[in-house]
Amino acid sequence: MSEKVDPKRRKALLITSGVMGAVTVAGFAVPFLSAWNPSEKAKAMGASVKFDLTKLDAGAMAVVEWRRTPIFIVHQTEQAKQNLPKLNEKMVDPALEEGLLRSSNDKFSVLKGVCTHLSCAPKYYPEIEPKAWDQEWLGGFFCPCHGSKFDLAGRVYKGVPAPVNLEVPPHTFEGDTLIIGDAV
Amino acid sequence: MSDKKNSFMSWLDRRLPVTENLERHLTKHPVPKKVNFFYIFGALLMVVFMVQVVTGIWLMMFYTNTEEGAFASVEYIMRDVDYGWLMRYMHSTGASAFFLLMYFHMFRGLLYGSYQKPKELVWLFGCFLLFLLMAEGFLGYVLPWGQMSYWAANVILSLFGAIPFIGPDLQVWIQGDYVLSGITLSRFFALHVVVVPLLMIALVVFHIFALHEVGAGNPEGVDIEKHRDEKGMPLDGAPFHPYKTFSALPAIGIFFIVFFAIVFFAPTGGGYFIEKPNFEEADFLKTPEHIAPVWYYAPFYSILRAVTFGIPFLGITSKFLGFIIFAASIAILFVVPWLDRSNVQSIRYKGIYSKVAMVLFAASFVTLGYLGTKPVNELRTLIAQICTVFYFAPFILMPIYTKYEKTKEVPERL
Repeated sequence: MSEKVDPKRRKALLITSGVMGAVTVAGFAVPFLSAWNPSEKAKAMGASVKFDLTKLDAGAMAVVEWRRTPIFIVHQTEQAKQNLPKLNEKMVDPALEEGLLRSSNDKFSVLKGVCTHLSCAPKYYPEIEPKAWDQEWLGGFFCPCHGSKFDLAGRVYKGVPAPVNLEVPPHTFEGDTLIIGDAV
Repeated sequence: MSDKKNSFMSWLDRRLPVTENLERHLTKHPVPKKVNFFYIFGALLMVVFMVQVVTGIWLMMFYTNTEEGAFASVEYIMRDVDYGWLMRYMHSTGASAFFLLMYFHMFRGLLYGSYQKPKELVWLFGCFLLFLLMAEGFLGYVLPWGQMSYWAANVILSLFGAIPFIGPDLQVWIQGDYVLSGITLSRFFALHVVVVPLLMIALVVFHIFALHEVGAGNPEGVDIEKHRDEKGMPLDGAPFHPYKTFSALPAIGIFFIVFFAIVFFAPTGGGYFIEKPNFEEADFLKTPEHIAPVWYYAPFYSILRAVTFGIPFLGITSKFLGFIIFAASIAILFVVPWLDRSNVQSIRYKGIYSKVAMVLFAASFVTLGYLGTKPVNELRTLIAQICTVFYFAPFILMPIYTKYEKTKEVPERL
């Protein structure tokens, strides 16, 4: 065996084995990092939820649970749709760019039923009548915990503790079916 | 007798360099003769770290890392396990003590230039330790699965979600679920009891090896290596053992008196060490009235909240910008060795600007800490914003004022 060191060859071998080693490490990192992704069980628990809209009459609201959050589905009446623009002035953020009902549909609103103040559950009061909390009530949500008021599209009134509108979860309409969550 | 002992030691030394290392790191390792109160915190940190490791192992024997069982198992530790309450309160008080000592230890470094050449690595390892300690504290606070555990973790995890583009996916990856759940809890448990402590132990070893290579500093910033006696021992130095080990003992005693006074008489620290909502089990649908971090994160949490504006044309929200500034408030500590251009180490010989900067920094850190535990209002936000500026300014301007300010001459000897 020759005693002489061939530096070129040695360098080439070092680089090759270094790169191979790095590829191996990166390859083995994949399963370990992937294990942190939501498991199949977590995915199933967090999967999108379907809702049959034909069950819901105009003026009624249904509550569906999605990812541990109550989701409000409101079938708006014609009267409500006429009233919503009248409330723009009273809103913190009229959210006009989101459309009248803040959804891609002209009948239904879909909202996270969690008060944006401290996550209490707002209650549904669709009646148009004077209420203890508002003499000119045109229907909407009232949070009993700290008195936050939202209209039927989930927009928050000025001067209440909740800072922003009720959140709209990701949702799509397929005919008479509402899919809450990512589309499948 | 002594012959026998020597023959045993030589047998051992031939196989394991015991004597050599004892001399190198203890009995012949020179440390400065005169230091002050600020130089005890390193030793105390070692003591607290050991308290945390031992109590942590015992807690782990009774704790359940599931969403259903976590809260109940902590109550079980508190009520049914003999001395379980002691283990838990030592661990929770130990966390607060760890941070308090860490802050003093690092402030000592800033005051006396303990990061200056050639001690940059000692300082860097220390900064990594602060970062790991913050991670460790956060992960550990989630484990009891109380209301504050849950909602504070939500606030912190949502910061990752605020990162543009990758944020939402990253948050789901960290959580392992679409909401913070038991899946998150059990991985946090693994990180808290194995991963982070192992990294911390490794870094402590590096921190101390690097320190023993370059030698400990002193409040005067005098280089004790310059003047040595005929045996090579620095004239202003003394062997670490027994001089430092024994002088640390009373300090450790005093520390434990205070520590156990808290453990026995005020273990929740009036809601500052263990917050009141954490005695209620985590509830997905009920946010506590006021989400506050434990006191040791409060200064940084204040900085996070002080950022009430984003950069809209870059698509940066106020939340994400807050996260960046918050991360920068820790990151800037790492580069301090390269920001300081002074020709002296200690604040005692630096000029007036350095002194003003340190006072401003310390005052704003304490003020931010106070504000971080309170609910926000307009005035508090304004004060937090001003303090955030004063937190960063001493570092950002350091290359300028340390270079041009007039310094005093450092004496030759301690």
